[in-house]
Amino acid sequence: MQLEYFQLIDRILDLNMVEKTIAVEAQVPQQSTVFEGHFPGYPIMPGVLLIESMAQTSGWLLLALMNFERMPFLAAVKEAKMRGFVTPGELLTVEASLVHEGSGYAITDARIKVAGKLRCNSTIMLSHVPFPNPDLRGHMDAVAKRIGFPKQALLP
Amino acid sequence: MSSTFDQVATIIAETCDIPRDTITPDSHAIDDLGIDSLDFLDIAFAIDKAFGIKLPLEKWTQEVNDGKATTEQYFVLKNLCARIDELVAAKGASPT
Repeated sequence: MQLEYFQLIDRILDLNMVEKTIAVEAQVPQQSTVFEGHFPGYPIMPGVLLIESMAQTSGWLLLALMNFERMPFLAAVKEAKMRGFVTPGELLTVEASLVHEGSGYAITDARIKVAGKLRCNSTIMLSHVPFPNPDLRGHMDAVAKRIGFPKQALLP
Repeated sequence: MSSTFDQVATIIAETCDIPRDTITPDSHAIDDLGIDSLDFLDIAFAIDKAFGIKLPLEKWTQEVNDGKATTEQYFVLKNLCARIDELVAAKGASPT
């Protein structure tokens, strides 16, 4: 994770195009300015960043299902539950599954686990549009490469 | 069995916290009920689930933007319900 750049996903563990599910890994850093304020003497990962992690994971699933032709954006967060603290240095497994594929939007169920135990979950709505410019598309391709996105899973 | 309009009006009332008795077949979802695009996605999701269809929101929006259709054709509720009925009928007629 690079919290300051909002790059929260480190590695794609599994992408199942048939089941429409994804699992990724995210290593919470030991040190970050975020933890200096949240909270002094008791550092925990802010809930909004956990939600963002689930949204980004859902986004990678949608990017795959849409063959990298459209860009998903977070539209709504529903029923987000923070079930336990996430602390510096913990390794997160973030999972998402497609619940509904609408016209121009999609719904996912997402969850974060640490050592197999559920820490938070949410239902997430993302809208999606054709890539607004080549720069963003290029950036997403570069990030996909960095996090080991299995391009062979995409449709030819 | 409730009508398409009854189901849609209930969905809108519950999703957007709009009094049910203010929602009529002639209500325009945007102009009269003040539903914005994000709330309409929630409504679309609920309608998709309730009727087992996929409202073609992007196609409708494109047609409106291109001047090929008016918002009334899709967002006045009696017209929206007619579109829903067409989609349900088309689903029933399509091979499984």
